[in-house]
Amino acid sequence: MIQVENLSKAFGPKVAVDDVSFSVERGEILGFLGPNGAGKSTTMRMITGFLPPTAGAVKVGGNDVMEKPIEAKRLIGYLPESAPLYTDMTVEGFLGFCAEVRGIGGADKGKAIDRVVDMCFLKSVRHQSVDTLSKGYRHRTGFAQAIIHDPDILVMDEPTDGLDPNQKHEVRSLIRRMGQSKAIIFSTHILEEVEAACTRAIIIDQGKVVANGTPEELKAKSELANSYIVSISGTEAAAVRDKLNSVIQSSKVTIVNDKPPTVVARVFPKNASSDGELGQAIFDVASQNNWKVNEIKKEEGRLDDVFRNITLSDT
Amino acid sequence: MKSIWTITKRELAGYFNSPVAYVFLVIFLLMTGAFTFMIGQFFERGQANLQPFFMWHPWLYLFLVPAVGMRLWSEERRLGTLELILTMPISPWQTITGKFIASWGFLILALSLTFPIWWTVNNLGSPDNGAIFTGYIGSALMAGGYLAITSMTSALTRNQVISFILSVVICLFLVLCGWPPVTDPLATMAPNWMVEGVAAFSVMPHFERLQQGVIDSRDLIYFISLIGFPLFATSVIIRNLRS
Ligand SMILES: Nc1ncnc2c1ncn2[C@@H]1O[C@H](COP(=O)(O)OP(=O)(O)O)[C@@H](O)[C@H]1O
Ligand SMILES: [Mg+2]
Repeated sequence: MIQVENLSKAFGPKVAVDDVSFSVERGEILGFLGPNGAGKSTTMRMITGFLPPTAGAVKVGGNDVMEKPIEAKRLIGYLPESAPLYTDMTVEGFLGFCAEVRGIGGADKGKAIDRVVDMCFLKSVRHQSVDTLSKGYRHRTGFAQAIIHDPDILVMDEPTDGLDPNQKHEVRSLIRRMGQSKAIIFSTHILEEVEAACTRAIIIDQGKVVANGTPEELKAKSELANSYIVSISGTEAAAVRDKLNSVIQSSKVTIVNDKPPTVVARVFPKNASSDGELGQAIFDVASQNNWKVNEIKKEEGRLDDVFRNITLSDT
Repeated sequence: MKSIWTITKRELAGYFNSPVAYVFLVIFLLMTGAFTFMIGQFFERGQANLQPFFMWHPWLYLFLVPAVGMRLWSEERRLGTLELILTMPISPWQTITGKFIASWGFLILALSLTFPIWWTVNNLGSPDNGAIFTGYIGSALMAGGYLAITSMTSALTRNQVISFILSVVICLFLVLCGWPPVTDPLATMAPNWMVEGVAAFSVMPHFERLQQGVIDSRDLIYFISLIGFPLFATSVIIRNLRS
């Protein structure tokens, strides 16, 4: 549904987006991750036709956004960063205006408003003026505006920014639900959001895509991925380190915590070792030395670790 | 067409939902009244025409029209709603036209509320109602021209005050460059073709001919360009804002 091809954007000498390519299909929820100033908003503004690209192209439902802007924009629902709204209207008036601009009139308009007011929990503020809304309600009104025409494509710039934890949760489940029938792209700098809602994530840094994959694939890139955390009593840190280091499947052992009589260690796998072997080996060593294993846990890898490694490499 | 009307409706509602619109209407009517009757000496002149009424319009509009139009685009830029409206399936020129029509409609409403003066002059004598009618048309067109200029300056900045000042300056130029107290002394210094060339830009001679009941296609073309050109410039500015 969305094809981004070699997209670049320069503001004078400053290159905000640099040769970015990816695509999003129906049923996918793409998380767009990156530190502040990475170029997330700029990319989204080019996808939605607000900014013209310096180079490259965006196709939305087969329509080039620059050549067939109206057709492309019809397919998209867009929540810009910080959810701008006309403050001199009521929530209902604003949603009605957005519906009409999108060609929804008459009885359909009323139905569309009812639907999004319901979905976004706006009932209590429906007749309230936008400029008196709290931040959470403003955001939801922006969200409601983006889905008023039940678009095939949803582009959201930091949709959970400024919401409290409950509201974040609500928005995420809303995104997940809608993701089944739409192509969704949303930006965030909150990593748990990616794990909670995305089918795929792209990390961008300084305008470039530095990683692209499912949350699991990205996590696997973490140094910590497939390492074991093991908590052992009845011995000393030095012994744990030496004995576990000699295990053939391990590449490195670090002591995470040493509070006698308990030692917590992290054992990193050798690249070649296959799944589960290292865990078994740790158990074997423990029983040979009569250690008591309190807990052993395999690490999947952490997104924040990957994120930090990728995006900090050049600062 | 429907999209334009949607934009127009929203803008109009924006005017009337705030007290500013009513304050404006009252100020406009008070000022036209004061200028016409006190400074223009409407009754003392003993002539049945609206010349003392219309003669103030180029000056009154100088401040009132920018006050009405300054928010057109500045406000969208300040609120960030420009991003919202420009990513909707509606072309920029439809938005520009819709907004312009709303503000112009509001100004025309204000102008039409001056009808008691037409009624008065008809009671006092027998004026040339054709000339009064074309005078009103000229006044509305002039307001449209000022407004188009304000639309342009409003797209230039997110600060309404700057947009107001810029449009006042440009409109002031359009008045002064054809106003006899300025052009007469100028004519003694500069060659005639230059003074006339500059004066051709002015609203004054075109508006005056319409007040006299003369409908000349050149005057109409002037006003249409005075509206069309700044609106076109507005679209260029909005396009360039984004690159
Ligand atoms: N209109 C603009 N003019 C100049 N520079 C801009 C403009 N918009 C964004 N930038 C710059 O482009 C870079 C990317 O910005 P942005 O896309 O907003 O990042 P993000 O949304 O990932 O935080 C930043 O360095 C920002 O300063
Ligand atoms: Mg951003």
